[in-house]
Amino acid sequence: MTQKVIILGVIGADVHAVGNKILAFAFEQAGFKVVNLGVMVNQKEFIDAAIETNADAIAVSSLYGHGEIDCRGLREKCQEAGLNNIKLYAGGNLVVGKADFSEVERTFKDMGFNRVYPPGTPPETTIADMKADLV
Amino acid sequence: MKIILTADVGSTFTKLTAVDMETKKIIGTAKSFTTIETNVMEGYGKAMAELEAQCGKLVFDKKVAASSAAGGLKMIAVGLVPDLTVQAARMATANAGAKIMKTFSYELSRDELDEIVSLAPDMILLSGGTDGGNKDVILHNARLLADSPLTCSIVVAGNKSAKDDLQGILKNFGGEVLFCANVMPELNQLNIEPAKKAIRDLFIKNIISAKGLSELQATLASEIIPTPLAVFEAASLLSKGTKSSPGLGELVVFDVGGATTDVYSMAEGLPTRANVFLHGFRHPFAKRTVEGDLGMRYSLRPLAEAIGVDNIACLLDIDEREVEAWISTCSANPEILPEAKSLAKRIDEAMARAAVKISMERHVGSVEAVFTSTGQSFAQTGKDLSEVRYLIGTGGPIIHAADPDYVLKAAVYEPSDMNLLKPLAPKTLVDKKYILSAMGTLSRIEPETALAIMKEEIPVE
Repeated sequence: MTQKVIILGVIGADVHAVGNKILAFAFEQAGFKVVNLGVMVNQKEFIDAAIETNADAIAVSSLYGHGEIDCRGLREKCQEAGLNNIKLYAGGNLVVGKADFSEVERTFKDMGFNRVYPPGTPPETTIADMKADLV
Repeated sequence: MKIILTADVGSTFTKLTAVDMETKKIIGTAKSFTTIETNVMEGYGKAMAELEAQCGKLVFDKKVAASSAAGGLKMIAVGLVPDLTVQAARMATANAGAKIMKTFSYELSRDELDEIVSLAPDMILLSGGTDGGNKDVILHNARLLADSPLTCSIVVAGNKSAKDDLQGILKNFGGEVLFCANVMPELNQLNIEPAKKAIRDLFIKNIISAKGLSELQATLASEIIPTPLAVFEAASLLSKGTKSSPGLGELVVFDVGGATTDVYSMAEGLPTRANVFLHGFRHPFAKRTVEGDLGMRYSLRPLAEAIGVDNIACLLDIDEREVEAWISTCSANPEILPEAKSLAKRIDEAMARAAVKISMERHVGSVEAVFTSTGQSFAQTGKDLSEVRYLIGTGGPIIHAADPDYVLKAAVYEPSDMNLLKPLAPKTLVDKKYILSAMGTLSRIEPETALAIMKEEIPVE
């Protein structure tokens, strides 16, 4: 079986690098091929990377509260680029303030994300979902 | 006396340089028109007669040569994503000394294939996909090329996982196919040396004879290389030095010619300002870009369009029609040289300055301000050349300019263009005797002597 490829990065003008490195390590340990774009990644860079590496999923983190603005339109751009079957994951402090997570989740699912994670989600949860979705 | 001859079979002139290896000096130079239509040895023979008229009868220990005759090495680069493998393929092609006719991205269409066929390249660099990444696009593009009437050579430097399929597809291709390592094996990781070497190998194997240079090749001690590759190697040697003799450090060479403007930067290019982080992939220490739309004769029209005829007229305080008239004269008669101190000379110099300025803007890296939760920082793409110490000019339009320093200083940092990471305070140097390509050719067999001569002929003091 070929390794599943995940594009990982922190979207927008967000510079939170620690969680990004932990996730990269955890996903790699779980057997995925991780293409880590690091911090401050824009939508085009996620999509370009996914095309070139034939990725199975894009995992977007956002910690600084502007995740909703930064992630809007990513699914549509994937479709435009021919990435029809790619899975989209988002996690972190996706919106400002203490919003009800079920609302946040609905917003992101409406935007075309397959799975959405609240703050404090352990990597194991995401890994289990990824294995169910991709492997 | 041990003498080595270097020959540069150019598009217009065949230039010969005789070097005395004991004194490490140039003992004579001569040139004659390149005679590619009949036999290149004719022009070579005439130049040799002139050289011997200067120096007396010469017995050469070794002969070496570079060539840009018959259009040089004309290449097309094909990749997948424009900012990723297409750019990597473009860099490999430029660093190999080729003239890049055009680049193509994503799946080629029939129209694009027709365009490639009509451009009639000498060679195609086919890339696409990181190792283990996308295979579909490179396979599609290979199928189109395999079914085309093309007979040029192809270097394949794409996704390694597609290699077996590609070998099958390209088995019936009309030209030679050479496989090498991927130009971008991992995302944002450049690996252009194997492709550069493969291009050189195919150039030696197929292009030299196709360009009518076999007879000359038979007399030489090493293989003919493309002239831009010779300049590239001269610039690299002059920057890095050898084990026993130091180089000049970080530098940028501008070669303004009739058809193209070439820029060679020899610099690390890492961020020098505070609060800057590198975005995308790291560009190589030795980087060449070639601008096919910025030239002083064959491409003077697009150069004029890029800078604006009105701007040239305004700068020189003359009428736009006078600029137009000179552009028309040059386009109709590419061999023309302006008279000293004439208006045409002033226009030519302003145009050469524009070519330096625009080619540098395309070569150099830039920063973009980004606002983060911890304050403002800057994302750098490409190379930061702020601390480059020398700008070196070569090519007729710079060498023969009344003020080469003025022409070259167009590449210096300007506060009005604060996002471009151009050199802040470089010293300008001029390759007055036009020796860079000859010394690059010589450096393949005698690097110490080539460096010593460059340091003497292009003095920094």
